[in-house]
Amino acid sequence: MRKFFDEMYIDGASNVRDHYREFEAWLATQSPKTVARKRAEADLIFRRVGITFAVYGNEAGTERVIPFDIIPRMITAREWAHMEAGLVQRVRTLNMFIHDIYHDQNIVKAGIIPPEQIFRNAQYRPEMQGISVASDIYAHIAGVDIVRAGQGEFYVLEDNLRVPSGVSYMLEDRKMMMRLFPELFARHQVAPVAHYPDMLLDNLRSVAPIGVTDPTVVVMTPGMYNSAYFEHAFLAQQMGVELVEGQDLFVNDNAVYMRTTRGPKRVDVIYRRIDDDYMDPLAFRADSTLGVPGLLSVYRSGRVTLANAIGTGVADDKSIYPFVPDMVRFYLSEEPILNNVPTYQCRKKDELSYVLANLAELVVKEVHGAGGYGMLVGPASTKAEIENFRQRIIARPDGYIAQPTLALSACPTFVDSGVAPRHIDLRPFVLSGKTISMVPGGLTRVALKEGSLVVNSSQGGGTKDTWILEN
Amino acid sequence: MLSRTADHLFWMARYTERAENTARMLDVNVQTALLPQSARSAEQGWRATLGISELQEAFDQKYDKLTPRDVLHFMALDTSHSSSITSCLRAARENARAVRGTLTTEVWETHNTTWLEMQNQIEESDFENDPSQFFEWVKHRSHLSRGVTLGTMLQDEALFFIRLGTFLERADNTARILDVKFHGAATQTGEKPGHENQLDFYYWAAILRSVSAFEIYRKVYRDAITPARVADLLMLKADMPRSLLASLTGVVDNLSMVTGDTHNDTLRFAGKLHAELKFASINDVLKEGLHDYLTEFLEHIYELGNRISREFLVPLAA
Repeated sequence: MRKFFDEMYIDGASNVRDHYREFEAWLATQSPKTVARKRAEADLIFRRVGITFAVYGNEAGTERVIPFDIIPRMITAREWAHMEAGLVQRVRTLNMFIHDIYHDQNIVKAGIIPPEQIFRNAQYRPEMQGISVASDIYAHIAGVDIVRAGQGEFYVLEDNLRVPSGVSYMLEDRKMMMRLFPELFARHQVAPVAHYPDMLLDNLRSVAPIGVTDPTVVVMTPGMYNSAYFEHAFLAQQMGVELVEGQDLFVNDNAVYMRTTRGPKRVDVIYRRIDDDYMDPLAFRADSTLGVPGLLSVYRSGRVTLANAIGTGVADDKSIYPFVPDMVRFYLSEEPILNNVPTYQCRKKDELSYVLANLAELVVKEVHGAGGYGMLVGPASTKAEIENFRQRIIARPDGYIAQPTLALSACPTFVDSGVAPRHIDLRPFVLSGKTISMVPGGLTRVALKEGSLVVNSSQGGGTKDTWILEN
Repeated sequence: MLSRTADHLFWMARYTERAENTARMLDVNVQTALLPQSARSAEQGWRATLGISELQEAFDQKYDKLTPRDVLHFMALDTSHSSSITSCLRAARENARAVRGTLTTEVWETHNTTWLEMQNQIEESDFENDPSQFFEWVKHRSHLSRGVTLGTMLQDEALFFIRLGTFLERADNTARILDVKFHGAATQTGEKPGHENQLDFYYWAAILRSVSAFEIYRKVYRDAITPARVADLLMLKADMPRSLLASLTGVVDNLSMVTGDTHNDTLRFAGKLHAELKFASINDVLKEGLHDYLTEFLEHIYELGNRISREFLVPLAA
């Protein structure tokens, strides 16, 4: 009996899940030489196309290709329908929550979330209090990380509502698979994803400031040395809009303009890939050279749309995460479709003592941590590491949450020794505008190290194509 | 189009063109060095080559004495300064990367592949013994990037700024090659009286080859190679692709495509420069003094580059 759910095999290599049967049979007929050649080809193409991410801490401008695995992660139409309904419900709720806390704060008044959890949260932006944003949408683009555990149930691991990235890999991975293995697509009904940029552009146009009928949309990047620069450039190109940096924009007469070869041009919607802190040196970090002085004041008067809105981080924080199921009940009077992972809040005395007593079995996360940094995976840690974390938690219990170590599902993956199971997660990209929509699937990330549960690319993770099978 | 985007496109093209021209020039020098010549005139030839790219000082700071091998290495492969071929190709790729969304996938991939293959090329081409192979490769990559640009880009502002960069850089480079080579010729001829004519032939033939004009020369003049005709061809012939006149025609054409009503000054400046070449006669130019003429021309090209930057590329304040 395996300790984790395997996406392809029911138990052992002899018993294949129905929806993987066709693929498994195909894979068995592929010679190792062919497979090796295809993998090398994929690497070469990714490098030539320049599908890279910048690596920090190395020589400036170092670019790396994220490892790509050619075994797709498959999800049945039925499973996807369930997940999609859950995602729509969850993201609708989160948008309502953000609107609520920057307006009437009914959820606090109702005693569901303690006020200090929100108003003392580092991601709470008092500047947004009472401000109206177009269509009351805050998280226009959400990346929701979903894992599969236990007997195959889906759990939401975290909500990314600030500048979630990875959608370009979802699209490029699909292109690569279709290029390398066209015959597989003839044998499977794989739901297409290539229309994502069109959906994104529609979505961004739908949230233009009131009165703007033909909005000018731009993508805003910190620049080419940002780790996700490829994605920023890719999305701007695919949508046919300008890719701007802060230095290309300026504020005049309560409007945002970009500097063009034919003079200033008004900008209405900014899909920004820069954190709140750097957006406007007059309002946030004064030392930021990435932002636009005066932007926030134009934004507050509703004359430009920022996607995502300022201050969305208050809702994707790990200390708010445990409340999401209650939010669903509060705002929609529905039961949550997707599970949360049971979460212990160290700020609560009884939960703290449980956490401290069981550190070796738990995963502990910093509430503001990201990118797989600042976490303790109990079962995979040394005594010294656990003791170190214990001291950190005792010193600042508010700063940590803990969760049981999930046996994340695994998907067969090519590694040095051949095909072996590696743990995966899934990040679907949910678009909110007049409606909530998404393309079927998302980015599957895979932890390439044996036994590792950390899938982030900054921690050596890879990606796979994600197939939603239409049957 | 964003001013910054136009700036990156313009410089992407200039650096690509510059890499090609440097490769052409060095290649010709390698060929010329195979001919019998005195040590002094050989050294002068290499000094002149450094001079074209304004690299004399930087070279002397790094090397005690001049050897062809060091000049070649310095101008082709040295990444410690920004004028070498490798530095130019890297700069072209960095500019392309900054605006990769504005380029077609094919154009971006061409620049990116050039940069990725560069290291292999240097290792595999046995640069020390046979640098020409590397120069050929550089020229081919430049041809390819020009071709893929023309073959895939929408004919809009982005393309016009790329073309503008190409033609402006080419005008600059042809003028420099011509100027330095005419200078070199003045000291070179008369060295060995018996070989004078013969040496002259090889010398001017090499210059023609450096701008792919040797066969064109034959076609156009059907006559012996003379310095005056070489100057005529490289400066005033409208149908010679790398001549000053052809380059300026390209500059004016593309400039007028991106110029709105408010930007007439730059276009007027370029137009006058163009008209002057168009109606010049080579005899008048030579009488006036070629070096003076070219020096002034280069100053005007420099001024034109600055005007383009000011009017279109450097972001204008609110």
